[in-house]
Amino acid sequence: MINTFQQMLSYPFLVNALVVGILVSLCASLLGVSLVLKRYSMIGDGLSHVGFAALAVAYAMNVAPLTVAIPVCVIAAFLLLRMNENSKLKGDAATALLCSGALAVGVMTISLTTGMNTDVCNYMFGSILSMSKFDVQISIGLSIVVLILYVLFYNKIFAVTFDETFAKATGTHSDFYNMLIALLTAVTVVLGMRMMGALLISSLIIFPALSAMRICKHFRSVIICAAILSVVCFVVGIYFSYMHSTPTGASIVIADIIMFLLFAMVEKIKER
Amino acid sequence: MSLINCENVTFTYEGSIVLADLNFCVERGEYLCIVGENGAGKSTLIKGILRLKNPSKGSIFTGDGLKTKQIGYLPQQTIAQRDFPASVYEVVLSGKLNSLGILPFYKRTDKEDVIRQLKLLGIEDLKSRSYRELSGGQQQRVLLARALCASKELLVLDEPVTGLDPIMTGELYDLIKKINKEEKRTIVMVSHDIKGAVMYASHILHLGKTQLFFGKKEDYVQSEIGMRFIGVEEDD
Repeated sequence: MINTFQQMLSYPFLVNALVVGILVSLCASLLGVSLVLKRYSMIGDGLSHVGFAALAVAYAMNVAPLTVAIPVCVIAAFLLLRMNENSKLKGDAATALLCSGALAVGVMTISLTTGMNTDVCNYMFGSILSMSKFDVQISIGLSIVVLILYVLFYNKIFAVTFDETFAKATGTHSDFYNMLIALLTAVTVVLGMRMMGALLISSLIIFPALSAMRICKHFRSVIICAAILSVVCFVVGIYFSYMHSTPTGASIVIADIIMFLLFAMVEKIKER
Repeated sequence: MSLINCENVTFTYEGSIVLADLNFCVERGEYLCIVGENGAGKSTLIKGILRLKNPSKGSIFTGDGLKTKQIGYLPQQTIAQRDFPASVYEVVLSGKLNSLGILPFYKRTDKEDVIRQLKLLGIEDLKSRSYRELSGGQQQRVLLARALCASKELLVLDEPVTGLDPIMTGELYDLIKKINKEEKRTIVMVSHDIKGAVMYASHILHLGKTQLFFGKKEDYVQSEIGMRFIGVEEDD
């Protein structure tokens, strides 16, 4: 197994994928804990579909995909939160609307320009081959920024996640921190989407958090456990994908599912 | 000057008036209980005091050196909170958030204050237990400790005994009374439980879309509205 890893590391594109993947998995799992607890799990899904549309448009216009997808997703995250708070469209309906709407725009753009091809398939289900050098640099930079912001605002994010009303009453700008969480999620989703695929990226956010919550009882231990699980599942997934030439995104998600089932079983046994 | 001063306050919600013409004040050291039926505007008034909702007319002042973000608030629990994975210590520490300012991490004095409040409420041994594994009464105590951490003067309690059995209810009331007397905190409490309110409070504010009664508890018990309301509850 160590030999295989050494062999994997001799391919520069795999090294890139590993570095970017581990960083993005970390970001996704940290944010995922807050999103799941705030009942915002669907936001990742909504944003990834918007990201898909943005990628399709960027491809059609022949510009660097991330430069279009990141701002578009950040705006979409902003809109989603607004819609959640004060509109007649309820949160889940707004997300569903955005999901299918964005997917339609993406598919339409593709069929009018290049037509359905392997690139499109890569957007949907992910590919580790699709990242350019520029993509790698921007991914590493942004995910480190996300991680630093998360650590700096950790206490505030906890307070807003646990009890928004209390936080607001004691003078914390809950809306600002909600926005921050959504913004960081948007960036993470776009960064992870190339590798995991638009349809699979939200599992990177939700699974580690849910698995960790089966067993851990403190917020900090949930966060740490989710981060470790996320990275482990990513590495296992990519290793399996390399060995058996399976799609990377799907392999990682399968690893996440197995981990979740294991943790759920342990929880059941503990309860007895 | 009073801690809270309400002058001609009216609240509207989507154009219709939910609570009109409030005039009352809360002095340091008092224990005010806000009573009234469902939909009487109790929660709206709490939101007003906490500056989560602005009155459409009149104004609510805070005085005597009280800053709005130093009001300790015990909200009603949400369903999402009951199974939240967090330790008691983490929850109570989050009450110190308002002393954090722009700093990212808590200071040692914040952590010492948390331990002090846990001791005061007799839940020090629960410190590293998980919040979701506690009983309803214990969870309420934890949230009360968090409110104490956030406040210097005033505690605002929104239906603190909802869902508790009679023994836990009594214990919680005793604790709140102790905080009022020994810690010299001013208490504003919303309650359905009129008997508990009358037994412990020093002042009563009775709402029903408007201010039906405000004054000392002794006067409320003698008043027509007070006798009627307490009587109705006893018939149940």
